[in-house]
Amino acid sequence: MNRRTMGKTLLGLAGAAVVALSVGAAAAQDKLKVGFVYVGPISDHGYSYQHDQGRLAVEKTLGDKVSTTYVENVPEGADAERVIEQLAASGHKLIFTTSFGFMNPTLKVAQRYPDVKFEHATGYKRAANVATYSARFYEGRTVVGAIAGKMTKSNVIGYIGSFPIPEVVSGINAFTIALREQNPKAEVRVVWVNSWYDPGKEAEAAKALIDQGADVIVQHTDSPAPIQTAQERGLWSVGQSSDMTRFGPKSHLTAIVDDWNGYYVDRVKAVLDGTWKAVDTWGGFKDKMLFLAPYNPAIPADVVALADTIKADIMSGKRHSFQGPVKDQSGKVVIPEGKSATDEQILKMDWYVEGVQGKVPK
Amino acid sequence: MNAELALIGPILAAMFAAATPLLFAALGELVVEKSGVLNLGVEGMMLVGAVCGFAVTVKTGSAPLGFLAAAGAGALTASLFGALTLGLLANQVATGLALTLFGVGLSSLIGQGFVGIPLQGMPKLNIPGLSDLPVVGQALFGQDVLVYLGVLAVPLVHLFLYRTRAGLVLRAVGENHAAAHALGYKVIRIRFLAVLFGGAMSGLGGAFLSMDYTPMWAENMTAGRGWIALALVVFATWKPHRVMLGAWLFGGVTIAQLHVQGLGFDIPSQLLSMLPYLATVLVLVLISRDVARIRLNAPACLGKLFHPDA
Repeated sequence: MNRRTMGKTLLGLAGAAVVALSVGAAAAQDKLKVGFVYVGPISDHGYSYQHDQGRLAVEKTLGDKVSTTYVENVPEGADAERVIEQLAASGHKLIFTTSFGFMNPTLKVAQRYPDVKFEHATGYKRAANVATYSARFYEGRTVVGAIAGKMTKSNVIGYIGSFPIPEVVSGINAFTIALREQNPKAEVRVVWVNSWYDPGKEAEAAKALIDQGADVIVQHTDSPAPIQTAQERGLWSVGQSSDMTRFGPKSHLTAIVDDWNGYYVDRVKAVLDGTWKAVDTWGGFKDKMLFLAPYNPAIPADVVALADTIKADIMSGKRHSFQGPVKDQSGKVVIPEGKSATDEQILKMDWYVEGVQGKVPK
Repeated sequence: MNAELALIGPILAAMFAAATPLLFAALGELVVEKSGVLNLGVEGMMLVGAVCGFAVTVKTGSAPLGFLAAAGAGALTASLFGALTLGLLANQVATGLALTLFGVGLSSLIGQGFVGIPLQGMPKLNIPGLSDLPVVGQALFGQDVLVYLGVLAVPLVHLFLYRTRAGLVLRAVGENHAAAHALGYKVIRIRFLAVLFGGAMSGLGGAFLSMDYTPMWAENMTAGRGWIALALVVFATWKPHRVMLGAWLFGGVTIAQLHVQGLGFDIPSQLLSMLPYLATVLVLVLISRDVARIRLNAPACLGKLFHPDA
């Protein structure tokens, strides 16, 4: 619809105008200025909220040595470059750009400001002054998959996906492998809503999956709407990015929560010590970059014990989320016995494992 | 009954619910456009209604009060548009767009303290016996109260427009404001009231989303439904019952595409997500081929400024 796209573009422009107003908080000169760029509002109680928790942790731990600035609601695209540039130009020496779509803008600005250090989340392009970081979200999905395998009665799991990118596809696969290890009869049905955040559409997707027999709803989108829907229908759900228990106390099994606090504090310290390097960090449970929200009290003790064991095994390296043999949908062994998927295989994953219905949209 | 057929009932039920916010907003806009005013600020008014309805419900614990507040807030936002375009003769398209931007910002501001607060949804109106009917039971007799109110609003708007004197005057103002003015009708006042009604209906549509459909407040949660409502009015060639059919069609395609994905059919999800919009475009193209029909139904003074002295 013309009117619709026009509206969206204008919204983007308005967002940029708001952004321009909110930057520019001056701080004392002797402190290290650290900037954060968020794609959503910090009030989303999800992805951007978790990043901001990390910023607050930096302030709390290193309060007298740093001053922080954040810019929220930054659209992914040309506007991002201007926002990042503004932070760099106003004396920020370390800038975290926290969404995949900020990758190219970050690199462009980094070229013009070689003395400023940049950290880009979930991307893969680095430079002398650009480091990257992300969390192994799929590790959490392995634990959740095992829990779902034990909790489902209908043997149908509904999975709400945002975009068919490797991060989400590898999550679906990690989940399905663990699910079928506990319950070989269970299958996963995926519905893509092609959005990170659209409560209405996410609720509709949850309803559709439930109507098709799913009794556990898993989501890789950011709103708590699927949890509410599952609660209304008296079924199970799993939260995303942050603890969503309050939206469905009876339904919420657990949530995979991002935790950037430790990482942000470490990286700021590294700049202060002069030990900062442009490296790639991809941390999991072991590195405390993600954790699981408190389990629902309704989960039986043996299932909790199983989940804890799997988590401990992942942390100790005894278990890998993609441990061979892993078969794709046609039954072909992709990861042979005795091997596990390489990081590169996970980062480029564009196929489903056995047990997932449908095809990955190309 | 095989598995796919058993889904018809739930798909219908979800379709009626998905269509409801569109129905409210589009019916309101239809009345506004019938009076000769084009208000593109539907999305903004929906958002303001959504956040105010939610906030009042959280604070007072009363959903009826919440809906009342949502309608009031929508009307209040619309009055701003009315004052600018009818009073100060500002350009309607630009003002409407500005209203949407304003509504997005204002609703985020009001909603700051309300993000992440859960709210109990509205109870379903389960009519004993009838809601247990096979296939159509839940769809027709197990919906939320507001879904029925939305459907009920269609004949009411129709009766008002085509069977009452006030409706006739409103249409006359929309067709030829100079003539209506010459006959002694208060063009500005009538249009202003229509704009207020449109705002109230948009507010209700937004509140349905934040208080019932997904009972929570999130920034920008209408996610473009206001723009779809605007398209529906043209799609329906300014006829209330066609607005309803359009809303159902749109809701139905939205829900059906999610089911198709869940069933694992090998159709790209991006294409399926496009379907509701594609359907709208297709119908718009079909309608546009019939120029006479558009001429006959579109209010002749739509979007034109009016000044009593001119």
